[in-house]
Amino acid sequence: MDELLKIKGLQKQYGNQVVLKDINLTVEKGEVVVVIGPSGCGKSTFLRCLNGLEEIQKGVVLVDGLPVESKKKEITKMRQKVGMVFQSYELFPHKTVLENIILAPMKVQKKKRDEATREAMELLERVGLTEKKDFYPRQLSGGQKQRVAIVRALCMHPEILLFDEVTAALDPEMVHEVLETMIALAKAGSTMVIVTHEMAFARAIADRIIFIDRGEIIEESRNPKEFFEHPKTERAKKFLKTFAYE
Amino acid sequence: MDTNVITEYLPLFWDALVITLKIGWQGIAVAFVLGLLDAAILHFQIPVLKRMVGAYIELFRNTPLLVQLFFIYFALPKVGLSLSAETCGWLGLGLLGGAYMAESFRSGLDAISQIQVESALSLGMSKGQAFYHVILPQAVSISVPGLLANVIFLLKETSVFSTISLMDLMFTAKDLIGMYAKTTESLFLLVVFYLIMLLPVSFFGTILERRVRHAEFGD
Repeated sequence: MDELLKIKGLQKQYGNQVVLKDINLTVEKGEVVVVIGPSGCGKSTFLRCLNGLEEIQKGVVLVDGLPVESKKKEITKMRQKVGMVFQSYELFPHKTVLENIILAPMKVQKKKRDEATREAMELLERVGLTEKKDFYPRQLSGGQKQRVAIVRALCMHPEILLFDEVTAALDPEMVHEVLETMIALAKAGSTMVIVTHEMAFARAIADRIIFIDRGEIIEESRNPKEFFEHPKTERAKKFLKTFAYE
Repeated sequence: MDTNVITEYLPLFWDALVITLKIGWQGIAVAFVLGLLDAAILHFQIPVLKRMVGAYIELFRNTPLLVQLFFIYFALPKVGLSLSAETCGWLGLGLLGGAYMAESFRSGLDAISQIQVESALSLGMSKGQAFYHVILPQAVSISVPGLLANVIFLLKETSVFSTISLMDLMFTAKDLIGMYAKTTESLFLLVVFYLIMLLPVSFFGTILERRVRHAEFGD
């Protein structure tokens, strides 16, 4: 199997406070890894270490065998391989949908406007938003904004996509359209690392579940069904209980 | 009020307006460049430079333009740096304005959240590209009302130019009053010409303000 992402002995600290401790993980091409865990357990920080938005104190993050180092000049090259979608969308409010999508392909990858636009339109078509291309972000619903954010990340042709609680800010009826988009991506063979609180979705999309608590990987399972029905560790059991109602 | 006097004085005031506007806009151009540069230095927290910029802003915001002009016009020649009255005018205005513009630009830059930068970086942009394409356009649109207020303020401050014998509007009025004692006509023309200079700035400034907001919020 192709190892696309390899994390070895990752440690993240803020001053003396250790937020992530000795994380080891290998993600293969086409694999969908879902990271779950209690709030504040370090899962978002973990994701931000993977594209160098956070500096790490120990260990390495390798994408395609090359290190992701936040302070190095090559970081912009590495980030093109690792797309990211944020909880709060973070579209650029002064640019239209289309401009948002083609900005980085044109400025970073030096693509011609025509070419970038053609690709952007193809991708917008896939998420059903072609008619919104000249709208500004504030004219879109939350779900539409998040789908545009996904298209914007895709247009850079990343090898891995990171999703940081991308439905957490959405109204319930909009969660579905975003998750459908992600499931379609997974089916098309995208490699994804997803942080989410949507347990049913995690179960449906994951090839592998990673349960993090207090900065450590507590449980890892290649069988999501089994993990959700019979978690092995006490902490995972306790965490999953918080989602059940009697 | 004697209309013949007014007709007679008009050409003098038009000439003064041209001089005022010329030096005024030169100074404002300097202020914009200086202000943006300073704001960027403060925003990026560049060591050493940020201290110098901080000191510069405090110095020029807390002393009157009159004192600054006197210093440039009368004191600098003592150390061998002699500048023409016109150069002193736009330089002084530019230095004063730069301090104000820096604060306006900075308030705009600081209003943009860090995660917008991260979103640009995560697309592979360099810090410079993120600043130029993502942060700056949003920051400027937020800063426009402040920048516009500064432009109007600086154009009014040009009235101090008369003290270093630049023949601006104020100089012309004072001169005419001193020579012919036609106080009412001279003051009337003075007010009218300041309005001629500033009303269009206010008017087009408001339109500009609305346009950049349009881009920002989309309606």
